[in-house]
This record gives sequence, C-alpha cells and structure tokens, in this order.
Amino acid sequence: MQQVMEASRVERHSAAALIDRTTGIQAEDVHAWFDRLHALRGISMTVAERKITAVIGPSGCGKSTFLRCLNRMHELVPGARVNGKVVMDGQDIYRPGVDPVQVRRRVGMVFQKPNPFPTMSIYDNVAAGLKLAGERSRRVLDQVVEQSLHAAALWDEVKDRLNKPGTSLSGGQQQRLCIARALAVSPEVLLMDEPASALDPASTLRIEELARELAKDITIVIVTHNMQQAARVSDFTGFFLDGELIEFGVTNDIFTRPKDRRTEDYITGRFG
Amino acid sequence: MTREGFERDLQGLKDDVVRMGVQAGELIHRAVDALKARDVAMAEQVIAEDNAIDALHFDLEQRCMRLLATQQPMAGDLRTIASVFAITIDLERMADHAEGISRAVRRLGSEPLVKPLVDIPKMETHIQEMLRDTLEAFRGQNAELAIRAAAKDDAIDQLRNRVFHDLLDIMIKDPQTIHRALELLIVARHLERAGDHLTNVGERIVYMVTGEMRELNV
Repeated sequence: MQQVMEASRVERHSAAALIDRTTGIQAEDVHAWFDRLHALRGISMTVAERKITAVIGPSGCGKSTFLRCLNRMHELVPGARVNGKVVMDGQDIYRPGVDPVQVRRRVGMVFQKPNPFPTMSIYDNVAAGLKLAGERSRRVLDQVVEQSLHAAALWDEVKDRLNKPGTSLSGGQQQRLCIARALAVSPEVLLMDEPASALDPASTLRIEELARELAKDITIVIVTHNMQQAARVSDFTGFFLDGELIEFGVTNDIFTRPKDRRTEDYITGRFG
Repeated sequence: MTREGFERDLQGLKDDVVRMGVQAGELIHRAVDALKARDVAMAEQVIAEDNAIDALHFDLEQRCMRLLATQQPMAGDLRTIASVFAITIDLERMADHAEGISRAVRRLGSEPLVKPLVDIPKMETHIQEMLRDTLEAFRGQNAELAIRAAAKDDAIDQLRNRVFHDLLDIMIKDPQTIHRALELLIVARHLERAGDHLTNVGERIVYMVTGEMRELNV
C-alpha cells in the first residue's frame, strides 16, 4: 500500500503529470509599487500555456517586477504592493485566502545569478523543496531528484557525485541545478529572470535549449536583456517601457517588424 | 546607447546600393547605344566594365555579412540589410544583361539590322524610368513609389512581345535573316529580364519599408 502511494507521489512529480496540470497566466490591469514608486502601470498580458514568453525592456522598465508579481514575490519587498489580477486556472492568485507559498510552488523561479544552497549537496539542493513540503520517503526523493536533474539536462554530469556540494559545479551547471531544484516541486510555470546573463556562450545556449525542452511541459516566462536570446528562445515577446506594456506579439513579428516606434528603437539599440 | 558606427555603415550600404543601381543603368544605356550606333568598341567597353559592378556586389555582400555578424541587427535594420543583400544580386544580374546585350552587338558586328530599332530603345527608356523611380523609392523608403515603379514592367513585357512577333514575321518571310533577327530577340529578352530584376528590387523595398513580403506584378 505504501509503495502504491509513493508511486502515485512520484507520478505526480513526473513530466507527464506536469502536462495535465499546466496552465497559462492572465495578468489583468496589474499595478505595482515600491513605496510611492509606481513601477507597473496597468499591465494586461496573457502568458500562453506551454509556450515561452519573453519580457524585454530597458533597465528599470518593470520587467523583473512584473515577473515577481506572477508568483507573489513582489510583496516580499518591504513597502511593496500590488493591485490588479493575476489569473491562473480561472482563479486570481491575489484573492483573499490564497497561500502565497502554494502560489510559489506552482510558479517556480530561477534567478540571474545561480544560487544553490551553499551548504547543501547537489542531491539536497534538488530535494530541498520537497522535503520542506513534508516528503520523507527516500524512494520518492531519489526518483524526483533523478527526474528533475534529467529534466534540467544535468543528470549525466552529476549522477556520480550527488553528495558533492552544489557550489562545486560550474556556473552553467549551477544554473541548471537551480532549474532542477525549481522543477522538483512540479511547477506549472517557470519564471526565469535573466537566467543566462552570468554564463558563457556555450552555457547560455544550453540553458536556452533546456528552456525549449521544458516548454513542452510547462509555461515559461523569461526576462532578458539579450535581444538575440529573446528572439531565439521565445514564442511571444512583450516590450516594457516605464512600467507599461508597449507592445506584445509573436516573437518573430516583434523582432522583424514591430508595430510601435518605441519597440523598434529599443530592439535596434537606438535607446535603452 | 548610440550606434553611430552602425548607422554610418548602414548609410554607406544604402548609398552604395544606389551607386550600383546607377552604374547598372548606365551599362544598360551604353549597351543599347552601342547597338544603335553599331559600335563594337563601345560594346567591348561595357563588357569590361561589368567587372566593376561584380566587385561592388561582392563588397556589399561582405559588408552585409559583417554587420549581421557584429551588430545583430533587428527589425528595420535587419530588414534593410536583408534587402540590400537581395537587391545587390538583382542589380548585378541587371548589369549582366547589359553585358549580354553587348555580346549580341559584338556578334552582329557590322551586319545590317533586320529592321529599324524602334521598340528596343523604348524598352530601354522604360527601364531607365523604372530604375530611377526604384532607386528613389529605395533612398526615400517609399513603398508606394516602389510599387508604382514595378508596375512599369508590364509595358516592357508588352514591347518585348511585340518585338518577338515582328521578328518572327521577318524570319518567316526571309530565313536568311534568322541569325540577325535572333540577336535582336536576345537583346529584347535581356531588357525584359532587366525589368524583372527591377521588379524584384521593388519587392525588396516594400519588405524593407513595411515588413510585408509580397510579389509585385503577378
């Protein structure tokens, strides 16, 4: 009986299970503030399910703030607040009674600088989220760690040294470890905030390939300063400027024939 | 962030496309003049000068490649560079047609023409008008002018058909003229193809300006 239950928990964490539970996100008139600074000014944008949506724009345009509104991380900053709706599965994640921790479990995040837990092994880094959620079965943990490292295209490189510190890996590997850590709790959405900006070109391409692979199962939103990266990796692109969404469209159109002059000026490097 | 160097390189590309177009047009004009004047020496000169256009074509292509590799152009810049890449191919082909006409002049030597030259010079005049408007459309980023210029290709095609039928009549009546009549037919064919290449250039200008890929004169 215990084995059956464990099997179902493993299944819940597998990629196949992810497909059934994935969903897109609808941001509706989202405003965000840092104290009196009005950082987002009424963003309405749909993030398509199991697609990659890139958010581009100059520094300070609100793109990272927008990303952090999608998993209720913005409110963790003292003095920060959010107004508007972010709808997943027909439910506003900001409605009263919603547990932000549960939201962050459904909507994972990867940051600019790889940040593996410094005192933990590779294995424990990946297993951390599940352990925190109460998972104790070694069998379940082993399987989820392996699946997540496979999904993050890291398994073959680390399978013989799972007990080594996460920080012993190269920068690119550390970032994939962080992606594996995020995947271990079976998120429906993965937010990537400049995930490759600290990596060399080869590691950058691996992260991009990985993002494309993951997007078969989960929804991805990526913030990037690298125009070519946005053009290469994403299906849809939104251009932010001064806290507003200036233009949103199919990536190919945005980068070959944007409609708004400000988008054209930004992506052709004439300002920003 | 400014991109002065890039802007300068891009403007240099555009200027040289216009220069290349003007040179290709001059070669066509002189090739037809050589035919009118039966001037083989002038035809030889046109054949020799085609090399300069070939060189300019390779130079422009290399500069496009360098900008693609080093500047990662996007949006309007990307469309401009992609269009220059394609336009230079068509202009180079246009110059090849001037060379083709000149070779026909060389083969004809001093043999008498089978008929007075009426429609062939008209074709050339249309091409020069079409070229002038097309280059102006390129310079001024004017898609509408490019479309209007491309529409002139129909008149060139009609003239070519008339030349064909006239020459066919002559050849049927007197088979002794076939060799010389065919040379004029080849000249008309070269001019008609030059018009087709200019239509292609017009299509690239429309894409460069609007982002829309469409065929003109279908």
